Amino acid sequence: MSDGPPDHPTRPGSRVVIGLLRRRREQIAQRWADLPLFLAVFTVTRDEAVEACHAVVDSLVEVGESGRVDDLEAPGFHPIREQLVSMTASRGRSGLSIGQVDREVGALRDAVLELLGAESADLDAEDVAEARVYMVTLLATLRVVVIETMLQENQEIVARQRQQLLEMATPVIKLWDRLVAVPLIGMLDSARSQVVMENLLEAIVEHNATVAILDITGVPTVDSLVAQHLMKTVASARLMGAECVISGIRPAIAQTIVQLGLDLGPVTTRATIADALQWALERDRRGELPAPAARSSAHRTGT
Amino acid sequence: MTGTSPIPVIDLGGLLLISVRGELEDDEAVVLQTDVTDAVARTGSRGLIIDISALDVVDSFLARVLAEVALASRLLAARTVLVGMRPAVAITLVELGLALEGMTTARTVVDAAAGFGVTLTAADAAEQGSP
Repeated sequence: MSDGPPDHPTRPGSRVVIGLLRRRREQIAQRWADLPLFLAVFTVTRDEAVEACHAVVDSLVEVGESGRVDDLEAPGFHPIREQLVSMTASRGRSGLSIGQVDREVGALRDAVLELLGAESADLDAEDVAEARVYMVTLLATLRVVVIETMLQENQEIVARQRQQLLEMATPVIKLWDRLVAVPLIGMLDSARSQVVMENLLEAIVEHNATVAILDITGVPTVDSLVAQHLMKTVASARLMGAECVISGIRPAIAQTIVQLGLDLGPVTTRATIADALQWALERDRRGELPAPAARSSAHRTGT
Repeated sequence: MTGTSPIPVIDLGGLLLISVRGELEDDEAVVLQTDVTDAVARTGSRGLIIDISALDVVDSFLARVLAEVALASRLLAARTVLVGMRPAVAITLVELGLALEGMTTARTVVDAAAGFGVTLTAADAAEQGSP
């Protein structure tokens, strides 16, 4: 972008374009306001749409004067970014794809080029050609700016939904007095296992739990990373004085763990959540529940 | 009885209870270590309960002091139980690789005492500041 000749405002083409945008500001705004891009967004009054068009034309003039017509970061675009965000968000909500919005923005160009053509009768042909290129570049940049804001908006939506998914996907259930369980469903990545760990440990405090069951029935695969996260959770729970049991290890996963040579170490494991519950309740009946870590740690120091 | 340490070592009769109430300076931690070991030897206690439920941060130095207290107490035939660690502290220690493997843990002082066969009522536990 930067290696081309600078489109300085003193060059005839850019002068023509800026002059046109200035002089025909009202006319351009009126034309644009009838195009679907503005018409569909500003449905309350037409004046509102015309106002928005004015803002865009002013912004284009400013960008043109700064000579940075192919620069997405040109300061001239800043004032209308927020407006573009709300416009594209509105178009997106009505079910338009990025491509469709792009075509709508492209339609703005035709309206302006038409005016340019009408004015160019008494101008030098070379200047007119240059002005056309200049105008097309300017509006193409606007088009990319619109697409960029739309993509940014979409990315924010994705990030927000990912956060919601994290929160929804890791409930902590109180199964019994001082006994909590987390049924894990779906792939565990580091972000998710961090949330799982935090939720589980908070629940241990809240319910004063002495046993926590991590059920991995819904986890499709267990690799070394997942195993490491599970071990960390178990170790943290143990430090807090609660014993962690991992349940729901399907036969296939058990084989995978063995084949990968993963060492789950001193972690208590059970095949199903029912077995884990039974194990916890039997401990309770034998009166071992209050000091769960005492036994396992004594065992560890013995080895 | 406990020298210059700001933390009293409470004798529950066969069990010692320490409740760490705030961030410990490094030299205070060292004094505590000496006090506790002395108290274990003097009382001939079977168990030592360290309540850290008030601590937001346990650094590697304090973790080492706690582990050393546990090891020294074991030489004097007392078992150490660490009580009431907060989630953030637990996560940090595990991330630092300081899982305090040799240390027994319990959720509350009542649980820890029950591990030694001593039954405390819940009301006692509340006074002793378990979470």
